[in-house]
Amino acid sequence: MDQVIFGAEVFLNGLMTGVMYSLVALGFVLIFKASGVFNYAQGVLALFAALTLVGIQDGQVPFAHLINAAFGTSLHHFGWTVPSILAIALTVLVMVLLAFLIEKLVLQHLVGQEPIILFMATIGLAYFLEGLGDVMWGADIKTLDVGLPQGISDGIETLTAGWFGYGFFIDRLDIWATVIAALLVAALVAFSQYTKQGRAMRAVADDHQAALSVGISLRFIWVMVWSIAGFVALVAGIMWGTKSGVQFSLSLIALKALPVLMLGGFTSIPGAIVGGLIIGVGEKMFEFLIGPMVGGATETWFAYVLALVFLVFRPQGLFGERIIERV
Amino acid sequence: MKTKLTALVVAGIMAGAPAMADLVVPNLSYRTGPYGANGTQYADGFNDYFTLLNERDGGIGGEKIQVPECETAYNTEKGVECYEATKDTGALVYNPLSTGITYQLIPKVAEDKKVLYTPGYGRTSAKNGKVFEWIFNAPANYWDGASVAIKHLLDENGGSLEGKKIALVYHNSAYGKEPIRTLQELADKHGFTLTEVPVEAPGQEQGSQWLQIRRERPDYVIMYGWGVMNQVAIQEAANIRFPMENLIGIWWAGSEIDVQPAGAAADGYKAVTFNGVGQDYPLYDDLQQYVIEPGKASQGGEHVGSAVYSRGMYAAVVIAEAIRKAQELAGTSDITPEQLREGFENLDITEERLAEIGLPDFGPPIQLSCSNHGGSGMARIQQWDAEAGQWNLITEFTEPDQEVVQPLIEEDSQAYATEAGITPRDC
Repeated sequence: MDQVIFGAEVFLNGLMTGVMYSLVALGFVLIFKASGVFNYAQGVLALFAALTLVGIQDGQVPFAHLINAAFGTSLHHFGWTVPSILAIALTVLVMVLLAFLIEKLVLQHLVGQEPIILFMATIGLAYFLEGLGDVMWGADIKTLDVGLPQGISDGIETLTAGWFGYGFFIDRLDIWATVIAALLVAALVAFSQYTKQGRAMRAVADDHQAALSVGISLRFIWVMVWSIAGFVALVAGIMWGTKSGVQFSLSLIALKALPVLMLGGFTSIPGAIVGGLIIGVGEKMFEFLIGPMVGGATETWFAYVLALVFLVFRPQGLFGERIIERV
Repeated sequence: MKTKLTALVVAGIMAGAPAMADLVVPNLSYRTGPYGANGTQYADGFNDYFTLLNERDGGIGGEKIQVPECETAYNTEKGVECYEATKDTGALVYNPLSTGITYQLIPKVAEDKKVLYTPGYGRTSAKNGKVFEWIFNAPANYWDGASVAIKHLLDENGGSLEGKKIALVYHNSAYGKEPIRTLQELADKHGFTLTEVPVEAPGQEQGSQWLQIRRERPDYVIMYGWGVMNQVAIQEAANIRFPMENLIGIWWAGSEIDVQPAGAAADGYKAVTFNGVGQDYPLYDDLQQYVIEPGKASQGGEHVGSAVYSRGMYAAVVIAEAIRKAQELAGTSDITPEQLREGFENLDITEERLAEIGLPDFGPPIQLSCSNHGGSGMARIQQWDAEAGQWNLITEFTEPDQEVVQPLIEEDSQAYATEAGITPRDC
């Protein structure tokens, strides 16, 4: 009986973890949907966004090391702090500016190139952004606090203790992540379905040439999509950065999104959510049930195995568009 | 034009290369990538001590010390590339701060006759100098650390751990797995139950591991983590309300950056250490005067005094003392790696010598020999005070249980000797 109760706790935590994975996967889906580009830099975008947020919050002088080395100064902070909401708003502006620069300096020059060329460009972009983040904000680990609560939810613990005689652990941060992810998905779906820009984005996703022929600006759409992906990256960066502090390993959360994308499909927003939930629950339950028999630490490889199993039966992922090749 | 270009290139290489008479101690550092925050602080401490010796004393024995840096990004392949790129520049000794890189370099340094110094990391059984002629890992190794942690718990429990449950949360890598065998032996000896809880690198997500700990309710958790794994583990422990004073990290899980992201929740967390904490040592005054104020500190001196900075600095102190001893034995200031190895094998850093250096009681005394490349293995416990934002030393230096550790070192080093076809030295 204990195993069943523990299993239920693991299942719930798996769902919560899955939502965290989905937050990262969403950014990939948005860009792939609109441009057919697998954005290798999405994890680094989350890192860059989180670094910028903390830097603005703490009043850190950007490029301080560079300035100090060049001019012999010892600048580090402006001496003020910025409230979280304002800092988030300013970070969003930085991400929009970044999207504009990416389009202007990278994507614009690669219009009409093969997807693999665009993919390679995003690899370069990832390394450039990682270096830029380092030079701009320094390599130290930074504490991120935007007021999100962390730690066990007492309400759920008390409730489940009354039901099962064992109080479940659910992290309050994960509950917030779930609520925020739900709002984010609803907003993204509403945007793409009911706004002019959203419909234009879908038109570009369906056929670049046709969209151009009816007067849709490809450049505008790309800037818009990369801006939205930057915003999603900021949300993911806040959630993951709150847990671990903002540090350069944050870019590796992209690795957690890959099996989610393989499973959910690269073109579906609901797919990213459902894929995340399946991966989250799957890896946690496997670790709980089988992990102890095989030495544990199964989560990373199991997520990929699970995704591969799904791929065998549905190569386009659960929610991806069917691949039709006409001769 | 071609000749001018060639001359320029050659001049550039000559300018970048150390002068031939200098003592060359390459710094295989990592300032980028997932572990860059730790690597930067360590590299800064390492660089700054040699800068101090150059600025204050004119080097060691009149020879300036060159510390060319090479970025490894904590990547084993890049680490080996850095070694290959620097080994012919007159390099005396390497300290790559990576167990993975160390394992790759062990056979190489034996062949190239270079000293490999791995304080508190690397292959534990390299303590046996009869087998590992070129490797030194004083003042303490992973197994010493595990034993000192258990000794601390024995002290806290009136000398008995009978019936207690201890979990080992570890980085699922060569490094993290190192203490398992020692802890199993100690569990048999002291009657506690050991649960092994691996965390897949880098350790950004540890939900399953801490749910397991919450279910199994161990009395204590010992952690062998590195990088983001530490910050997440401490936060997760706080989330499940695990008593922070019952969570003990090894020294690589004992820096300020490991505890600060968890804020007040990290208060009381403990870690094993083999070096002092804070800046209350006379050496820091010299660092201030000769390195920081003149603007010669690595990265502007922003990490001076942090736990990892101090550990990097301490590694440089031990290397510098070995160089000094080698110069004394060889009767020349311009020593070779072979002579440096002699210096290490005759190293004797007493409490008095540490005080002379300006680091009284900073580390345990170190006496090495041909057979003992690891020293006494003594370490102590530090505890985090979140309100003050500092580590406090809460025990004296404690000897590990050599009754358990030494036979394991013999066994493992003999196995390596057989595998590598090495005939152990007779000493």
